[in-house]
Amino acid sequence: MTDTTLTFALMDPPYENARTATAFRLLDIAARRGYKINVFAYEGAVSLSFSRQTAHANAVHGRDAAAEDHPLPKEWIAALMAEARAAGGALDWVNCGLCVDERGVGEAIDGTRRGTPADFWNFAVASNNTLVIPTK
Amino acid sequence: MKALNVIESAYRGTLEEQDDTIVWLTHALKGAGAEIDVLLRGNAVNYIVAGQKVTGLSFGTRTQKHAPDIVGDIKGLIGKGVAVYYIAEDASERGLADGDMIPGVNSVGRLALALLYDGYNQVWNW
Repeated sequence: MTDTTLTFALMDPPYENARTATAFRLLDIAARRGYKINVFAYEGAVSLSFSRQTAHANAVHGRDAAAEDHPLPKEWIAALMAEARAAGGALDWVNCGLCVDERGVGEAIDGTRRGTPADFWNFAVASNNTLVIPTK
Repeated sequence: MKALNVIESAYRGTLEEQDDTIVWLTHALKGAGAEIDVLLRGNAVNYIVAGQKVTGLSFGTRTQKHAPDIVGDIKGLIGKGVAVYYIAEDASERGLADGDMIPGVNSVGRLALALLYDGYNQVWNW
């Protein structure tokens, strides 16, 4: 465990662009270093932790669902949380509650929680730095 | 802690959201006690042009009430003590003059951005 705390604000929904994977790469590095990581998922990013995401087969690839091993952001988040814990850090993931409601994605995976912009501000105040990765 | 919200993406989802989501977020953060200001750049400089209005969104029999009023939302931020800046060159490149803007906003040149940023602990680019 280090004294470093980082906050990330994410906005993009799953499966739309490379920014999400880039953000997760950064989260992965921070988790491996044992940092305390805060994520505020805003707007479309609240769908990243939606628990009803389902992997599918891919006929174009000629693989069934098991072989395809389609990426599910909810599983990436769970893996990052486990990785952070194993390294002595933590990943606190907060979904903007109003953004969740308007998208109907209230069923989020364990370990994430519902919050407000005040959580984002409190995260930022308690952090060494904050990185915003907005949608464009 | 003092933060600067730099807003560049303009009119993204505003009809669906009835506002700009980062302007809205700034209102919410200010309400939560944040020391926060706003810099408008790129197409977002148009957010402070007086006289703009959004009306008339309907699909089939569903008529959407309460269109976004981003100018009004910016005025609300100014009323709450949030300093609102815009990049002068971004405005002039779009044919906008100082007189086109609502009162209470602050023009800043690109060469002065570093000095402006230096006044904040964190700068968030949206």
